Amino acid sequence: MWRYSLRRLAGAIPTLFIVMTAAFFMMRLAPGGPFDRDRMLTPEIEANIRKAYNLDEPLVVQYGIYLSKLFRGDLGPSFKYQDYTVVELIGNGFPVSFRIGITAIVLALIVGGAFGILAALRQNSLIDHAVMAVAMIGITVPNFVMAPLMALIIGVWLRLLPAGGYGGGSLRNLILPTIALALPQVAYVARLTRASMIEVLRSNYIRTARAKGLPGRLVVGRHALRAAFLPVVSYLGPAIAGIITGSVVIETIFGIPGIGRYFVQGALNRDYTLVMGVVIFYGSLIIMLNLLVDLAYGLLDPKIRYD
Amino acid sequence: MAHSAIRRVARVLAAAVILAGPIGKLTPAAAEKVLRIANMAEPESLDPHKTSTVPESNILRNLFEGLMVLDPSGNVAVGVAESFSISEDGLTYTFRLRGRAKWSNGEPVTAGDFVYSLRRIEDPKTRSQYAEVLYPIKNAQEVNTGKAALTELGVAAPDARTVEITLKAPTPYFLQLLTHTSSLPVNEKTVARFGEEWLKPGNMVSNGAYMLDDVKPNSHIRIVKNPNYWDAAKVTIDAVLFDPSEDSAAVLKRYRAGEFDILRDLPNDQLGWLRQNMPKELHIAPYAGVYFYAFNTTKPPFNDKRVRLALNMAINREILVERISAAGELPAYGFVPDGTANYTPRRVPWRTMSQSEREAAAQKLMSESGYGPNKPLQFQLSYNTSENHKRIAIALAAMWKKVNVSVELVNTEFKVHLNNMRVGNFQMGREGWIVDYNDAQGYLFLLQTSTKQQNFSRFSNPEYDRLMDEASFTADARKRAALLEQAEGILLEDLPVMPIYFYVSKSLVSTKVRGWQDNPLNAHYVRDLSLAD
Repeated sequence: MWRYSLRRLAGAIPTLFIVMTAAFFMMRLAPGGPFDRDRMLTPEIEANIRKAYNLDEPLVVQYGIYLSKLFRGDLGPSFKYQDYTVVELIGNGFPVSFRIGITAIVLALIVGGAFGILAALRQNSLIDHAVMAVAMIGITVPNFVMAPLMALIIGVWLRLLPAGGYGGGSLRNLILPTIALALPQVAYVARLTRASMIEVLRSNYIRTARAKGLPGRLVVGRHALRAAFLPVVSYLGPAIAGIITGSVVIETIFGIPGIGRYFVQGALNRDYTLVMGVVIFYGSLIIMLNLLVDLAYGLLDPKIRYD
Repeated sequence: MAHSAIRRVARVLAAAVILAGPIGKLTPAAAEKVLRIANMAEPESLDPHKTSTVPESNILRNLFEGLMVLDPSGNVAVGVAESFSISEDGLTYTFRLRGRAKWSNGEPVTAGDFVYSLRRIEDPKTRSQYAEVLYPIKNAQEVNTGKAALTELGVAAPDARTVEITLKAPTPYFLQLLTHTSSLPVNEKTVARFGEEWLKPGNMVSNGAYMLDDVKPNSHIRIVKNPNYWDAAKVTIDAVLFDPSEDSAAVLKRYRAGEFDILRDLPNDQLGWLRQNMPKELHIAPYAGVYFYAFNTTKPPFNDKRVRLALNMAINREILVERISAAGELPAYGFVPDGTANYTPRRVPWRTMSQSEREAAAQKLMSESGYGPNKPLQFQLSYNTSENHKRIAIALAAMWKKVNVSVELVNTEFKVHLNNMRVGNFQMGREGWIVDYNDAQGYLFLLQTSTKQQNFSRFSNPEYDRLMDEASFTADARKRAALLEQAEGILLEDLPVMPIYFYVSKSLVSTKVRGWQDNPLNAHYVRDLSLAD
């Protein structure tokens, strides 16, 4: 397993390099620059600033400078948020995004899994139809509709929870954004669990287990669940990607100081260094998480061996 | 086995959630009066010499105090200076500092601090993006472009309480200019000691009514009362929390949930609802800016003045501001808004005509230029991504149909749009201009030949340039105003632009907040406000 992991990580380096290089050059193809604003800079001032950031060098040289700094762990200063380095911005924002994201995934697994199992065990019952209908809504209603709606009903009308803001990380402020972020994933997980559970329950070894006279709780809990969760685990990769892109919307709507919004804002502001930092950071993160998902797969499925 | 594997995974996940746990709390002390402001953007910097936009100045004018400030109604008033005098030729400004003015660390604010600060913003090493606004100071441009030494800048400190600023030319709006963030003083010792880190809470020393307490990027900026401020006895609000959220619809919900006291911007589509339901809190007031379209006057079809005039006459600005933008903007029949200091704005001569008369005149002009039902005028109208810009462009395109115009709308994101306008890659393009100081020159300079790239229309009229130049050397306020008014007259005759409306500021201010007065620069000092219980 270690050898497999190392091999996977080594394989990730070229992938990351390609992603990084493509991002660097594509971003520079976009018209406009970080210092364009309503009131334009005089040519002298602009030249002076561009020089300080090495933006007057040929693009390839700039990329070389960027890479050499990167190896020293320096992602450069943000062009837009001048009081911060990119490392500071990611360092401040990531714990916030991570906390909401990981809670949303756990929530999706627990709630979605439970609903999925329930629906599968009571297939074609009222509960099944209700769960699947709700899941369908969860999948089809986008984040940017659901989140403001939740803020309006729970935050403004009922005043049960804050309608937004981070509140220094207080739990009350995180409930709505986390739920909003988890909802589509809950729905997916419920549908996936239900479908695979139904399939597993019809398989021969389950029939054997029942024939042996095992109680239903054990049949489901010990034998069916493990197999039924396999597709859910493999869905974790896309789910994480979904959570990351979802955080762009959720963080903006709820005013959460995570890094999701840097994704879009950074690109619109032509904050070259910030965009690169976020691309490299998320790129590495997704590669790592996909590896973890694959390893988790091995834990659940005895047919898979890593050698 | 299956159970234990799932349990193991669950345990890891649970641990992760807990590890990522709370990072701190922001609960104000019981009796503390905290003003919560939705400031609409994360500041680019808290260094007054490195930034320029509205969200920063909302914060900075509370942290730092310049020689001059704005009073609650937006008029220039003395700040750190207790008095000032202007030499007869209008070139030398002498300021006497308040004896009680102190930095937040208790040290006195001295004339040397202002000398240091003005040199710092013009120092090319500071890389200030806004150094240009202070170019009226003698040798500022030379210093900023590395052609003169820092010591040659026209600022001196004859004694600890006297600041003397020498100008290149009489600049009647210079006192206005001194209220801008670029003229705010910073503390030399702190900057020297901490370098870039001087902006962090704990390091920053400031001389305004407030001082920096806590900063978290994209989360909040908290400032607290500065006990060493010279007028601290009159400051009643203990702390201010600035929130940077940009989504105005989301921020409005949070206001309605009681999470904010002041909102600095509002979503246009909610204004109808707000007028009905929160009339006492809604503040809509003229704002020092103009929304217009620039014609590219170097290329056909807009090198033809008749076409520019026809398009200007054919649109119904009243309907546009009432039905489309609908925030209470004022239709613009000129380029400089009413309420501009020491100035009587000019308006287009055809303002007195009825809309149908204007349309008939426009049709005639169009046929003179060779356009008609069989040969409609075709062009591209460019604007940057925004629901409001789009609605306006669509409405205007519809209005122009009557005069045989067929418009293709081109929508790009802000930076692309700006770049296209700058290099002249457009036919007609949207522009908006909000001035940094309340003076007519702040609008009219846009169309001077010497403004180069920022003159998007590429307008070049020798008489206009001459009047503008002469105005910049005229110390007498009334004579200068007459020159600027003449220049605006030429502008409205030649129409290299199509003024559409004058901006309004849109704010929500809780009824708990006292002392708020709407003003043309939408500038508000928290020290002038108070909070009712």
